[in-house]
Amino acid sequence: MRDSALNIVQIGCDCSHAAERPATEGNRVMADVNRGNRPLSPHLTIYRPQMTSMTSIFVRITGNALIVAALMIVWWFAAAATGPEAFATADAFLRSWFGDLVLFLSVWAMWYHLLGGVRHLIWDTGRMLKVEQAETLGLVMIIGSVLMTIFTIIVT
Amino acid sequence: MAFLTDRKRASGMGSAKTGTEHHWQMMVTSVALLILVPLFMFTFGSVLGGTYEEVVAYYSRPVPAVIAILTLLVGFFHFAKGAQTLIEDYVHGLARKGLIIGVICLSYGAAALGVFAIIRLAL
Repeated sequence: MRDSALNIVQIGCDCSHAAERPATEGNRVMADVNRGNRPLSPHLTIYRPQMTSMTSIFVRITGNALIVAALMIVWWFAAAATGPEAFATADAFLRSWFGDLVLFLSVWAMWYHLLGGVRHLIWDTGRMLKVEQAETLGLVMIIGSVLMTIFTIIVT
Repeated sequence: MAFLTDRKRASGMGSAKTGTEHHWQMMVTSVALLILVPLFMFTFGSVLGGTYEEVVAYYSRPVPAVIAILTLLVGFFHFAKGAQTLIEDYVHGLARKGLIIGVICLSYGAAALGVFAIIRLAL
């Protein structure tokens, strides 16, 4: 609805000439005549993957993927509170090869997301915002999350 | 509508003006989870694999139970806020509202179920 008046202007004229028209034609021409016809900035898909962009995207992926393990653990607690039979079912699922795989990947996702959160907290203080520094922190996240995952598996 | 200038049309249509609180809540919960999540991973991880009796005995102790309760409460609140941001970035219109409501209901529901279960185990 809001755009309809402008669309009429666009359809009705060649936009490259519109800017040269005298202002006496009123608001419709003074308004943004070139709307929808500007050059677009390069789209995300044509960018080469970079340390900064990829480590950022994986913070989002790991954070949201953790819902799977979270719901499995809630189920495990609810089953344990219900009784031995319910617990046996849930516990067997968590300790099956599939449950084990999900929990193992989630331990890594948890450490990665945690370190990504630390990076955000550092950035929020105005520090480490230069590209090279952000890339160093990305490397710390990747290596740190793998090391912490191995540590967690060994300790628990 | 045609009598309005673009300036007039844009006026008042800026940010939602609630982003600061969202960001602050994410900061507070992330710092809390920085402590809670490792504690939970090591306590839960140590008892996972035990028998039913061992699990019940372990979560009857106050410290593991309180760590688990706090982790679920703060964690699911943090998840609801984070997933909302994800939805707002990729989904639009009515589907956006529906998904955000769904995520909030799921988060609070799972947190309530988990906390109820742990308290029942502990008492």
